[in-house]
Amino acid sequence: MNDLVLRAGRFSVRIERRTTVVSLVLVAVALLLAVFGLCYGASWTTPSDALSALAGHGDSAFVVREWRAPRVAAALVFGASLGLAGAIFQNITRNPLGSPDVIGLDAGAYTGALISITVLGGTAVQLAVGSILGGLLTAAAVYFLSLGSGLSGLRLIVIGIAMNAILTAVNSWIVLRAELEIAMAATGWSSGSLNGVEWAGVRLPFLVIGVLTLLLVTLSHAMHQSALGDELAVTSGVALDRLRLLLVLAGVGCTATVTAVAGPIVFIALAAPQIGRRLARAGGVPPASAALTGAVLLLAADLIAQLLLAPVALPVGVVTTAIGGCYLIWLLVKEVRRP
Amino acid sequence: MRTDLPRKAAYLLVCVALLVVAAGASVSVGAHTIAPAEIWRAFADHTGADDHVIIRDIRVPRTVLGICVGAALGASGTLIQTLTRNPLAEPGILGVTAGAGFAITVGGALHLADAQSAQLALAFAGAVLAALLVYSVGRTSPLRLVLAGVALSSVLAGVSLGIRLMLPDVFDGFRFWSIGSLAGREQTSLAVPLSLIVLALIGAMAVTRPLNALVLGEQVAHVLGGRVARTRAAVLVLVTLLAAVATAVAGPIAFVGLMVPHLARRPAGGSVPWLMAYTMLLGPILLLVSDIGARVLLTTGEVPVAVVTAFLGGPVLIWAVRRHGAAAL
Repeated sequence: MNDLVLRAGRFSVRIERRTTVVSLVLVAVALLLAVFGLCYGASWTTPSDALSALAGHGDSAFVVREWRAPRVAAALVFGASLGLAGAIFQNITRNPLGSPDVIGLDAGAYTGALISITVLGGTAVQLAVGSILGGLLTAAAVYFLSLGSGLSGLRLIVIGIAMNAILTAVNSWIVLRAELEIAMAATGWSSGSLNGVEWAGVRLPFLVIGVLTLLLVTLSHAMHQSALGDELAVTSGVALDRLRLLLVLAGVGCTATVTAVAGPIVFIALAAPQIGRRLARAGGVPPASAALTGAVLLLAADLIAQLLLAPVALPVGVVTTAIGGCYLIWLLVKEVRRP
Repeated sequence: MRTDLPRKAAYLLVCVALLVVAAGASVSVGAHTIAPAEIWRAFADHTGADDHVIIRDIRVPRTVLGICVGAALGASGTLIQTLTRNPLAEPGILGVTAGAGFAITVGGALHLADAQSAQLALAFAGAVLAALLVYSVGRTSPLRLVLAGVALSSVLAGVSLGIRLMLPDVFDGFRFWSIGSLAGREQTSLAVPLSLIVLALIGAMAVTRPLNALVLGEQVAHVLGGRVARTRAAVLVLVTLLAAVATAVAGPIAFVGLMVPHLARRPAGGSVPWLMAYTMLLGPILLLVSDIGARVLLTTGEVPVAVVTAFLGGPVLIWAVRRHGAAAL
């Protein structure tokens, strides 16, 4: 076969050739988009100027390093994080629709963030904790309400959609209750936006996402085993319940961290794993290609949001909603055609 | 069937009584609560006092609007649930209301929606297109129909939001409309939309008999002499008309059409005409109670009624999925 096998002592990693090529292409696309993102702004900076500005030289160094770079970095990291979360939930529910935004986890994380803003005052840590708690409680509620039919199936997803509707209603009630300044800030944030992202605001989230990614790397082997079916996973020595719990925790952490900073950005988690899976022609839902696809998708969506109505920057959530909804309809059309 | 007629009639009377109470409360409760005796006096002995003006010009029109919109949403929910035999079907969830809202936003952007008649026509066209699209994508299973509707709704909502952010005057015009509410809607001329709703409700009552035959299956309906295709077309036109007009006057309000048939199904005992009669009473009751909640939930102002109905309707959807959804999988 064309697959590459790396060995180091008793550890070995098999790398599929196609996955490697696809990953490299995705990284290249992400880098190209990132350079474009660094060049584009109120004024156009040539790529060479932008790159030297990134190193700290030239007139536009401040603009590129303090305004554009954090936004580009946030789009890449948050996109990857949402892609990972989507891959986790689609693996657990074994359904391409089982992504965290469809089943209400975004809305729940947003509820948590809103409560920590309106009740506690909303420091960065409070926001992160509030939205992770909100996401976890929502995940638990959806899980217990859909018990009896197992974790898979459309029923879980429709229950998640109902949960999403309730939480969206609660969120708009909180926003309407709040004082005007908080309400204005929360409304801008409610559609998911990377406008005004700064280094100071993303350090902690990047750290959290990094730790969660490391956790997922250690779990990925077991996740692959469990994708083969429950019985096979148990016989090959995977502690299923503990694995699922850890995976859900990591997935909620990935979505909630992004929601705490940028608001609920929908559909990246839904689309990225499936696109990544098709590109890599893999059997399950591979987390690595999901993460890379997510990064490319969110950065591209954010650039579209900035370009579409320039000089006004749309919230990126508006773009992902419109594109992602079309994707969802396509997914359903395809499933209808299947006999 | 005959023997439970008194029970059904009694339930109907209870619904009428509840509707009268809800309507009375809707006229009297608000930022400024008015005693029931004063309501009587506002019409019998109008003195031009502030309370009388509030009652005659704001509270009563708003209550009438709530009754018509509630009946329209409930009736369209019952029609579509009966026709598709899908307990999860609802014009709001199926994207029909989103289609109407999207058409009105686009019309506003193109300066087509200035006249009320144009707005109603746009809402109807948008609702029809959305209904056709969702039905063609999701017809194979109840849950898939819901998903198709949710997907289409979110696309249309995203594009509408984009358009509104692009054009500030459209944004301004649709800021209040885009969240379903009865507040402030009583100020516009309601004669045309409300008479449309009343006509469509009469039509809905008229199709219940052929629909009753259709529920037994297409072949049975044929044998009983029903014209299946014609009934089906009439029902689809009525569903979109009711949902579109209700959306055009009150904005998108989801979940009323979902909840009401579930409340009415057990007492109706499989009879579509009775189901429709209960629905037309329970829909207004639910919407008026939600609207009263919308007025008193916040001390600072009003919550849009669509927020209240979503909060009440989400649990009903979960309950319905747990109860009916398993069979469909």
